[in-house]
Amino acid sequence: MSIDIETARRVAKLARIAVPENELPELANEFSAILGFIEQLNEVDVDGIEPMTSVTPQRLKRRDDVVNDGGQQEAVLKNAPDAREGFFAVPKVVE
Amino acid sequence: MSELSKLKISEARDALKKGEVTSVELTQACLSEIEKADALGAFVHKTPELALDMAKAADANKAGGDLNGIPLGIKDLFCTKGVASQAASGILEGFKPEYESTVTTQLFADGAVMLGKLNMDEFAMGSSNETSVYGNAVNPWKRGNDDAQLTPGGSSGGSASAVAADLCLGATGTDTGGSIRQPAAFTGITGIKPTYGRVSRWGVVAFASSLDQAGPMTKDVRDSAIMLKAMSGHDPKDSTSADLAVPDFEAALTGDIRGKTIGIPKEYRMDGMPEEISKLWDDGTTMLKDAGAVIKDISLPHTQYALPAYYVIAPAEASSNLARYDGVRFGHRAKLEAGDGITEMYEKTRAEGFGNEVKRRVMIGTYVLSAGFYDAYYNRARKVRALIKRDFENVFADGVDAILTPATPSSAFELGAMKDADPVQMYLNDVFTVTTNLAGLPGIAVPAGLDKNGLPLGLQLIGRPWEEGDLLNTAYALEQSLQFVAKPNRWW
Repeated sequence: MSIDIETARRVAKLARIAVPENELPELANEFSAILGFIEQLNEVDVDGIEPMTSVTPQRLKRRDDVVNDGGQQEAVLKNAPDAREGFFAVPKVVE
Repeated sequence: MSELSKLKISEARDALKKGEVTSVELTQACLSEIEKADALGAFVHKTPELALDMAKAADANKAGGDLNGIPLGIKDLFCTKGVASQAASGILEGFKPEYESTVTTQLFADGAVMLGKLNMDEFAMGSSNETSVYGNAVNPWKRGNDDAQLTPGGSSGGSASAVAADLCLGATGTDTGGSIRQPAAFTGITGIKPTYGRVSRWGVVAFASSLDQAGPMTKDVRDSAIMLKAMSGHDPKDSTSADLAVPDFEAALTGDIRGKTIGIPKEYRMDGMPEEISKLWDDGTTMLKDAGAVIKDISLPHTQYALPAYYVIAPAEASSNLARYDGVRFGHRAKLEAGDGITEMYEKTRAEGFGNEVKRRVMIGTYVLSAGFYDAYYNRARKVRALIKRDFENVFADGVDAILTPATPSSAFELGAMKDADPVQMYLNDVFTVTTNLAGLPGIAVPAGLDKNGLPLGLQLIGRPWEEGDLLNTAYALEQSLQFVAKPNRWW
């Protein structure tokens, strides 16, 4: 399947990765090559096969609904590029 | 005692227990080797003071476990409290976790000493360790008298290089599509990817959560058994961690494989396979037969679809896992221009912080999960994955105990050699290893011989789920027959 520049631009947007306009044609080419490789999967008869969800046939374990780890505000914020007054700070999101 | 860093874990353990050597001496020997080995690009965050403190503590604690006082290297993918852990990515620049991964917690509880953090491909994406923000890790092996620098493989390239060059006694690796076994094969060492769920993934930076599994990279099979035991076990913090007892893997190493059935899958005999690899595989088969195993030709019919399935599933999971790197919580944030809002912050931060291979895979993952393509790509790949797993279940049900294959389609290649290649060509490096990740099975690579240029080649054994002890024992029997003792000539 051939990917056009418009699709490459849309995927970059969805992935939240800025891609300069002049790099979109090469990106579209790379996508086309990789998706071409992936197309082989269409040769496989998958009728009636359930998509695999878990590697081991165990039910996902559940924790009791209790607080067991909390009160670590300082540790949580320690690596933030911008933290102020106990919060993560980001550019203005509401006008 | 400059030879101390060359010791195997088992030898060092025994010498420590007898009081013939101290952990401080072992650790100093490794630190001195590390200082002389910057050309290998293996250690990217050195922690000598921490290492000596841990060594002193180990020397004071005579009651420690098998790894008490053993100096190890830790792949940069493992979060280590207070020590830089950045998955070889620019986006995690400056990140120092406030917590310790379960694997390193267990290793340190056993008494292991951390020498520092090891180079890797960015977010473990790559097969040559060339996507690292720190620069390349380099293979200690060279082709004859040729000066060309070779790849140690990826993504655990720094771990492989460090163990092969005797900078440490053992190292942690992680394997999502072959990232323990392929670099082990390229550097002439042993590496095992255990059954999915055997080792906790908690605190290991996630790439593709349904495939990622940590394991040891060591100088021989016994060392892998010792280190794997310390790394394994149930962890309530990882919901996919199996609540199973951890056997004594070392005790399983009897070398007796009489009556075991070894499967030889015809689909792994690829067109254009180098004669040397084909011969190595045949020789390995003969050795297992001579050791008393029954050899059986088997078929794993969906093998050829493993790589394309992997290159849907792994990027899909990566696009989800890497969504957390957004410039808000940790690491790098792009400088913003006047008027930039939060979307621009995300887009610029991720464009600056991620390398090209990571961006490519995140975007491929975004595409295969997007509306309209989810069924055609992602769901189809998961169905093919179910068929790949069923192939293995069928041969195991037919009485096969382990499967022998080559570990890689070639020996180590030159750094930069794949620079202009299609990304798909690089992906082919994992052609023999990726099936076990899709099926969640344990796989081990053991050094098996040298090619015509004097570079190591490896063989892979794939085992039944949860039977790492049996798999390690088969690998041990193979190791004893192979008698691989070659070491790289020191040039660094």
